[in-house]
Amino acid sequence: MSERATLAMPVAGADAAASDLAGPRGRKPRRTLSRRNIILYGTLFVVAVYYLLPLYVMVVTSLKGMPEIRLGHIFAPPVEITFQPWVKAWAEACTGLNCDGLSRGFWNSVRITVPSVVLSIAIASVNGYALANWRFKGAEVFFTILIVGAFIPYQVMLYPIVIILREMGIYGTLTGLVLVHSIFGMPILTLLFRNYFASLPEELFKAARVDGAGFWGIYLRIMLPMSLPIFVVAVIIQITGIWNDFLFGVVYTKPDLYPMTVQLNNIVNSVQGVKEYNVNMAATLLTGLVPLLVYFVSGKLFVRGIAAGAVKG
Amino acid sequence: MRSQSERPYPLFRNLNAKIASIPMVLTALVVFVGGTAWTVLYSFTNSKLLPRWKFVGLDQYERLWSTPRWLVSIENLFIYGALSLIFSFVIGFLLAAMLDRKIRFEDTFRTIFLYPFALSFIVTGLVWQWLLNPDFGVQHVVRSLGWESFTFNPLYDRELVIYGILIAALWQGTGLIMCLMLAGLRSIDEDIWKAARVDGIPVWKTYLFIVIPMLRPVFVTTLVIIASAIVKVYDLVVAQTGGGPGHASEVPAKYVYDYMFLGQNLGQGFAASTMMLLSVVIVIVPWAYLEFGRRGRR
Repeated sequence: MSERATLAMPVAGADAAASDLAGPRGRKPRRTLSRRNIILYGTLFVVAVYYLLPLYVMVVTSLKGMPEIRLGHIFAPPVEITFQPWVKAWAEACTGLNCDGLSRGFWNSVRITVPSVVLSIAIASVNGYALANWRFKGAEVFFTILIVGAFIPYQVMLYPIVIILREMGIYGTLTGLVLVHSIFGMPILTLLFRNYFASLPEELFKAARVDGAGFWGIYLRIMLPMSLPIFVVAVIIQITGIWNDFLFGVVYTKPDLYPMTVQLNNIVNSVQGVKEYNVNMAATLLTGLVPLLVYFVSGKLFVRGIAAGAVKG
Repeated sequence: MRSQSERPYPLFRNLNAKIASIPMVLTALVVFVGGTAWTVLYSFTNSKLLPRWKFVGLDQYERLWSTPRWLVSIENLFIYGALSLIFSFVIGFLLAAMLDRKIRFEDTFRTIFLYPFALSFIVTGLVWQWLLNPDFGVQHVVRSLGWESFTFNPLYDRELVIYGILIAALWQGTGLIMCLMLAGLRSIDEDIWKAARVDGIPVWKTYLFIVIPMLRPVFVTTLVIIASAIVKVYDLVVAQTGGGPGHASEVPAKYVYDYMFLGQNLGQGFAASTMMLLSVVIVIVPWAYLEFGRRGRR
């Protein structure tokens, strides 16, 4: 607002203080409670409530008992708070014949996400570094294919990868899924790292070369320490992306190894038994908790990550 | 770096960089090019449970386009695609424009609008399945307030189910569009705003005739992002409706998965996925041409 006020009187210029004393000239600076502001903040507030509502309903539903859910309505806060649905979702909810809850899916997801994040970032950062600083003939061609490939619907490549993984003997294992995540994380991450390394001053690289440092020496001692922020962005993209993945999880693993999202879907959308909406919502919240934590902790870096990662679609 | 052509083995020059690029080369050639070519080729075969190289021409495509379920999928994709394109653009832009008016609590608002994007489509689908549940959700709430005849039950209505999915998708995705647009708005020179204000151009006119035309590159990028995301929509439908009621909310990506991995009809799956590829090509190629073709290679 203050900037607008100064803009309104460009003539006043240097002797702004004087004109303040002489009384306002030109248009009146707008008050905070102008009609425009009421509309603006009002709209934003209503939209914000709309965006928050599902989260609120999830939390509220997961803290109610089933009788209360049947009687009341979804927006009502719980009369009697119970954590039983959370316990049940975590440790007892059933998928098929297994009744050990979402905890299994959670640990599977951890075992998938951690190595996938490490592997994909290791590959892509070295690769981006090679593309930025050690360009060789033909490198750009492969890079272009890689970027264009990011737009190919996954469905087109699903089955060929099944064959590749089967030939390698890792179809249906976590190793196979980690490999798949590393492959599909490559386009966006390579682009991210290539652009970042290319933006670093070239003199640095040249000086290191003059001093006799080689490919790996420069990467480990100069590039790596200088690019912590971009690594954090990459980690954010990958954790949320891989944790939220459903398609690869369901295609390339077996029921015992299903990641959390797949197991969640199987729990909630199972046709047998009585629907326990409170347990379902607790399970849904549990699954969303990890990416939400990453989001709220990382703040602006997340925004930067999605701006870069948006290409991933 | 390129001038030392007198060295004997050009292949071993810059060897470490080449070793570092092996994963990229393999991914690009084997998975992206090879995998795509393989799928397209095998879409001309009558592979059932296992891929078999028995050429049947366009049979799979003929069957595909005469399968009602596929036609419903395509229709859904068009409705969903067109509406999600329009609404994400409009809502995303309006939110971004409002946040760009130098308001207070901008960070808070942005955090709220964007958080659904951190959630998976599965979580999104399940939450909205619950919110739109006719016996407990929005419909029930409005009815219990006294409006007994109120009906809002999209997920169990064949005609409306795709709109139910659209609501969930917009809730999840508009935050991202807002962020992209906001970044675009921020990149516009403050002087342009000053000039417009000096000339006495109303704010809405400045947006419509000056700012929006300047945002063309951002719009194009956003368009490509939304379009390629639309074609891929899968998890959301699986979680929210499972393709039901009946086949009313089927989408192409789900058709592909179901035929490949559940229906044991690989040929159909390949043909359907090739059609998906084709639709992406139709979107991407003109864009790539406009963006990179004119400028030439960097």
